[in-house]
Amino acid sequence: MSRIPQLFSKRSEKVIPFLTAGYPNKLDTVNMVLSAEKSGAAMVELGMPFSDPLADGPIIQRASQVAIENGVNIKWILEIVIDIRMSSEIPLVLMGYINPIIKYGLEKFLQDCKKVGIDGLIIPDLPPEEAEKFVKLARTNHISPILLVAPNTSSERINLISKLAVDLIYCVAILGITGSENNMGNLKEYLARVGENSICPFIVGFGIKNREDVVKINKLAHGAVVGSAIINAIRGSGSSVDTVKNYIERLVK
Amino acid sequence: MYNQPDNQGHFERFGGKYVPETLIPAINELEKLYNEVKGDPEFVSKLSKLLKDYSGRPTPLYYASRISDELGFNIYLKREDLNHTGAHKINNALGQILLAKRMGKTRIIAETGAGQHGVATATVAAQFGLECIVYMGEEDIRRQKLNVFRMELLGAQVRPVSSGSKTLKDATNEAIRDWVTNVENTYYLIGSVVGPHPYPMMVRDFQCVIGNETKNQFTYYSKSEIQNPIPDILVACVGGGSNAIGMFYPFLNDDVRLVGVEAAGFGVQTEKHAATMTKGEFGVLHGSASYLLQTEDGQIKLPHSVSAGLDYPGVGPEHSFLKSIKRVEYISVTDDEAIDAFQWLSGKEGILPALESSHALAFLKNKQNGIKAGQNVVICLSGRGDKDVHTVADYLGKEV
Repeated sequence: MSRIPQLFSKRSEKVIPFLTAGYPNKLDTVNMVLSAEKSGAAMVELGMPFSDPLADGPIIQRASQVAIENGVNIKWILEIVIDIRMSSEIPLVLMGYINPIIKYGLEKFLQDCKKVGIDGLIIPDLPPEEAEKFVKLARTNHISPILLVAPNTSSERINLISKLAVDLIYCVAILGITGSENNMGNLKEYLARVGENSICPFIVGFGIKNREDVVKINKLAHGAVVGSAIINAIRGSGSSVDTVKNYIERLVK
Repeated sequence: MYNQPDNQGHFERFGGKYVPETLIPAINELEKLYNEVKGDPEFVSKLSKLLKDYSGRPTPLYYASRISDELGFNIYLKREDLNHTGAHKINNALGQILLAKRMGKTRIIAETGAGQHGVATATVAAQFGLECIVYMGEEDIRRQKLNVFRMELLGAQVRPVSSGSKTLKDATNEAIRDWVTNVENTYYLIGSVVGPHPYPMMVRDFQCVIGNETKNQFTYYSKSEIQNPIPDILVACVGGGSNAIGMFYPFLNDDVRLVGVEAAGFGVQTEKHAATMTKGEFGVLHGSASYLLQTEDGQIKLPHSVSAGLDYPGVGPEHSFLKSIKRVEYISVTDDEAIDAFQWLSGKEGILPALESSHALAFLKNKQNGIKAGQNVVICLSGRGDKDVHTVADYLGKEV
């Protein structure tokens, strides 16, 4: 059963780090997730690398490339989730593009996600127009399909998307790709509109970097996703596990 | 009757709109506008006038007598190389720029491989006074220097792309990322029958002028007594597949053998080819579902072809569909065979074909091509070969 409805049943400040699975190496991923949890992450989003990530900026593109070179694939990611689940009950979401999932087999993928204890899935190149089968299979396997909305999504469409998603939706903060500059400009109006039209809780990501952003986002939404900023910090550091720990501690307080 | 795609842009399991939510309003707006204007006499006549007065259409259907005599069947060349800017790409660029204008967009972006689509886009952007940015892989910039300078002369900014294979696939990724970021004022002028719906359908429709003209012109050429004579075989090269679909589509309901030729690079038994139809598997790239060159983990493979315009790991969704229903045969031709055909046509007919089109020509010389004596074969000569002279010289080890 997805841990997501339970997590979002009460309003509290939530930090949701994004980590590319297998970056910077395969050895550290499990410990990075566990240390994120200890540092106060409410949920962790694990990125499944793809060679052509259309919605991602240079930082996550590079991390994905390194992960692919490290031999990361869906099978390996599901195996490390088993390791994580031996000592953690933190809500876990996988984010990835549809092509590797199609190659793995959509139905098998959702069944295997259920088996290893994944709670939700984010597929940025699968808008509602193409998501029917995915949403149905996710429901059958008790996994939350976390559909996306953007600042230019109409109010009617936000409503429709939230009804499809049921448990949680993901608001792209800006018109742009991950890691872009985000001046937190028109967010208030946009997220108020999401709040009025969505039947479910919503988290916000893209361009969120620091404690100040996290506080602001959590006032307007139900959680803040921080991705490129953490990946960028890992890139220049000696110990990725310590970097994740320190970075998230600073985001949380 | 052939009637594809459906309302959602699906050619059965191919096609669709696999894009981030941010782009959905833009492609839905485009789809709505395109459906409004495609039957609008004013739009149609405006486009026809541009095709005629600006691009020089109709392009000739030329009976190539010397190569016909050599091979024992009748070869007709549809001279898309005689278009303004030197390739069929302008047919589509003119159609789309009219849409961009109507949508009030001020900024045009495009991806390019060989540079022909980039040149066509830069040309129409200059003609309509719009800002133009063309994404091009660093590898392609190296092998198509002439076209890069042409685009700059036309006032476009060429942005080098250094990710991945540094070719068309990566240029397309970068163009889509730009579009996601600047969707409000930017029109993405896609150069082939790829991308999310409505692009594959719309680009096809704009390129159908090739097949429609061919139909009329062939009637004029034919000496037979039968009514509405049609050719026996149509041949076109396939990268994304826009010239091929433009040639084939008007003939889909006719009794014509259709052959799409893709790039086998060093050979389909090697890792260095771009033979998506021969070796690809079902998947999703750049907004639609089609056959793709991919690894067992679903990562996109780096393609290879001597021809920059065919150097793409995907193919249009409609071609994927036409293969699946076996309406079109897809075969592949190696770099060597294409270079040979390039020299052959140049020497025998006085026409330098683009390396892309040389792949289609090479099919004629293949002993197993199944063409019977006396048959009428139309080749889509999609572009001219001036841009490829340096590549061919390099390939042959000659200094220019």
